[in-house]
Amino acid sequence: MIPRIGKYASLVLASFVVLVPLVVVLFASFKTHAEYASTGPLTPPRNWLNFANFATAWSHGHMLRGFVNTTIILVVSLAGTIAVGTLAAYAISRFSFPFKRLVLGLFLVAALVPGVTTQVATYQIVKSMGLVDTLGSAVVLFLGTDIVSIYIFIQFIQSIPRSLDEAAVLDGASRFTVYRRVILPLMKPAIATVVIIKGIAIYNEFYIPFLYLRSPGLNVISTALFRFKGPYGAQWETIAACTMIVIIPTVVVFLVLQRFIYNGVTAGATK
Amino acid sequence: MTRRRSPWLYLAPALILLITFTYVPVGNMIWYSFHSWDGLKPAMEPVGLGNYVRVFTDEQYWRVFLISLYYFAASFAQIAIALYFAVILSFSTRFRNLFKGILFFPYLLNGVAVGFVFLYFFQPGGTLDTLLGGHTPLWLGDPDVANFSLAGTSVWRFTGLTFVLFLGAIQSIPGEIYEAAEIDGANRWHQVRHIIVPGIKRIISLSFILAISGSLSAFEIPFIMTGGANGTTTFVIQAYQTAFGFRKIGLASAMAVVLLLIVLLVTWIQRRLVPDEEVTLS
Repeated sequence: MIPRIGKYASLVLASFVVLVPLVVVLFASFKTHAEYASTGPLTPPRNWLNFANFATAWSHGHMLRGFVNTTIILVVSLAGTIAVGTLAAYAISRFSFPFKRLVLGLFLVAALVPGVTTQVATYQIVKSMGLVDTLGSAVVLFLGTDIVSIYIFIQFIQSIPRSLDEAAVLDGASRFTVYRRVILPLMKPAIATVVIIKGIAIYNEFYIPFLYLRSPGLNVISTALFRFKGPYGAQWETIAACTMIVIIPTVVVFLVLQRFIYNGVTAGATK
Repeated sequence: MTRRRSPWLYLAPALILLITFTYVPVGNMIWYSFHSWDGLKPAMEPVGLGNYVRVFTDEQYWRVFLISLYYFAASFAQIAIALYFAVILSFSTRFRNLFKGILFFPYLLNGVAVGFVFLYFFQPGGTLDTLLGGHTPLWLGDPDVANFSLAGTSVWRFTGLTFVLFLGAIQSIPGEIYEAAEIDGANRWHQVRHIIVPGIKRIISLSFILAISGSLSAFEIPFIMTGGANGTTTFVIQAYQTAFGFRKIGLASAMAVVLLLIVLLVTWIQRRLVPDEEVTLS
């Protein structure tokens, strides 16, 4: 009996540790400035329908622009990743060609290079392409640094029976038609995994937009929130609302896609 | 002719991106690291090993390795907590999915949002001070405490990932093994000790690798919360400031090369110690 109580006690304690820091920020986001100053952080707000801080944060933080820019980068990078990754996976798993082992080795070793370490030199390359301070910089970097998706695609494509390709070729299909009409439609589960893990990663990315998208018109979600704090440094109730605006979409996506997220994250991290 | 060329056509976009944004930067970075350069002048001045000597002798630069030890130590706590909860939630538990979701959820959150949540949590007279009451230190302002607060925030953020990886690995152990063990009279502790831990050895060792490279490349939490003030500058913050603040591209490259070598070395050691059972590619 005692171990069971200990087990549930530890689970409840851990849940508190996770939730309390978030709930107090939610409390603060509904408080007026005077109320925030006069009440403790653990006191719930008097009026749960006081959305004034959210309105201020949304308009003064230019959050709409942040969401639009994030969405553009997300859609273009994801479409690109899927196209580039599935084509490469198709070539690697379905063709035999010289230097195939070398190519595989290049992808394998690259997966070990942490992205943050090479930014010093990558910046010079992006600069020489004239992409600094354009959304294109984030797009090419999200495309170019993505080795995990190619892995997921290769692993998945190898589970598709080759007899399907062969049947299509016998019917007169070209290699590209096989990719487009046979392989790509069957890869939906792998594509969904990549969309989820990469989508979350792009939504949360801070370093790349911070480094490459410096002008205020190019703020994404992370940088909009980060830069919001400067002028509002002392008004925690507004910063809390802005933080909540960034967190809420993640909560919704998590509740809706829970199962897929667990599978995707596991596939992505253990590759 | 077309038959020969076509695999390369499919591979070309991926290979061009891979070479342009991974291999060329690594090559350039090694080249820069032997030079003194501000990133603007057309000419670079060769300095031999000067930048490397500076990374290891100037306190401002080697100190950041010590800072990563806070995060490295914290990741042991992270692995222990994750393992504990993965084990208890792998046995039948009420509200299992709810607890799993709560424990995992912080990992999905935006890093800037996490930084702000904990700035609020740690601020003087804030949540933590209210919970503890009495006399409390400046959690982020006191150089003796700040790194513990930041490393603690990292544990809050990343434990969920480690936990879900462990839980997934435990659940892939076939159920019959437990049944057989129970018939043989093994209690829960024996099951954990002799079935679960050996069964997820690979993922535990992978977590240690992620812990080492993660603690060396800690950036978002300290950068957002303290900006590296009060003795909390990490390796990546220092490299960032050296390159983009002080425009010492050569010196920053030398730091990055050192970090890259450490990560590659650690990964190599891990591969030697715990060989991959499944070679999945090619």
